[in-house]
Amino acid sequence: MYATTYHKPKTLAEAVELYANSDEPSYLSGGHTLIPTLKSRLAAPAHLIDVRSIPELSGIEVTAERVIIGSATKHAVVAASKEIKTAIPALSGLAGSIGDVQVRHMGTIGGSTANNDPAADYPAAVLALDAIVHTDRREIPATDYFQGLYTTALEPGEILVHVEFKIPDIAGYAKFRNPASRYAMAASFVAKHRDGHIRVAITGAGNEGVFRWTEAEALLTGNFSAEALDGLTMDPSRMMGDMHAPADYRAHLVAVMTRRAVQNLGGTHIL
Amino acid sequence: MSRITITVNGTPQTREVEDRTLLVQFIREHLGLTGTHVGCDTTQCGACTIHLDGVAVKSCTVLAVAADGSKVTTIEGLAEGGKLHDVQQAFREHHGLQCGYCTPGMIMASVDMIRRHDGMLDEHTVRHELEGNICRCTGYHNIVKAVLDAAEKHRAAHAVAAE
Repeated sequence: MYATTYHKPKTLAEAVELYANSDEPSYLSGGHTLIPTLKSRLAAPAHLIDVRSIPELSGIEVTAERVIIGSATKHAVVAASKEIKTAIPALSGLAGSIGDVQVRHMGTIGGSTANNDPAADYPAAVLALDAIVHTDRREIPATDYFQGLYTTALEPGEILVHVEFKIPDIAGYAKFRNPASRYAMAASFVAKHRDGHIRVAITGAGNEGVFRWTEAEALLTGNFSAEALDGLTMDPSRMMGDMHAPADYRAHLVAVMTRRAVQNLGGTHIL
Repeated sequence: MSRITITVNGTPQTREVEDRTLLVQFIREHLGLTGTHVGCDTTQCGACTIHLDGVAVKSCTVLAVAADGSKVTTIEGLAEGGKLHDVQQAFREHHGLQCGYCTPGMIMASVDMIRRHDGMLDEHTVRHELEGNICRCTGYHNIVKAVLDAAEKHRAAHAVAAE
């Protein structure tokens, strides 16, 4: 890791100011993507601004309609929250399936959502649960938020404060993991919202990162069952391909995982 | 450089460190506690697992400066008064190791696991929750037996305590 200077601001204003007045700054949350990146010298921020002591970034609030999670909340805390488990069990299960125990003790929802790794889990939930991403300066609907691999609507210096999920009628999450890295090779979050509209979000597979599979949403509207998806295939040209899984295999996995998500509503199916 | 204080195995330790210092470097190189191992250095193998404010984390992926003011327990801090911790004793009795490299991390992860589940563990859960710890001797069988034995002792001790 190259030399860097660490800062631990106590307020949002202080953090934003530090960012604005520093050369080559980077925010740091759980650090479970950023620190490995720094160690391999793929990034070299001169200033690390640790956002975890900012009070607005912590806490979980569950209302009749919404689940609101502070961006510095760790995966293990989301997974263990009884309130979240009752409101959106698929979200709770998703958080409990990220990485491993030790990673879940450090990694945060804000870090995952801000980084937008194409194989990360949270972006699928954010997109399928019609979430609103709240920052220090505005509210961004999920559909506008994700803009491609590692790319989001966040401006330089903008801080993700909390994520507001809409509690659905029912939802399910199915994931097929890379057996070595445990990152998703294909995963599908399916949600039926209370007004009846369907969202299907795919992560781990798309060559432009997380995306809505609108063809699956259309078929599930009116016939919310795995059988409704019979015959539906994913176009491999939309898929990533690598040594672990070529694009046509990922396309196949996306269809299978979407069916499994529908077959496991109210929970998760992790392979 | 930053001046930080981390309470390690009950003793506050103050040192001047570079901000890029990893917690595992602080433990091994600044304090000389070499029981915590570095295996992969990429957050995968779990050999560097320690307890940070009571929960198991991979110390190769935490900045020491970010742990300023925290409490850390390493493998050296488990035994009390020359008596091995129940999990250490169980690893010894069940030969839960081959080369021993992953053992400190396995034990720290297991202590955390038993505490989180209050000893209510079965083989499937133990194997699943040791996902973040890799034994390249593939000696998992005896490791799992050791964790289950220690979990049973934990349950028994707490049942006695509850009476």
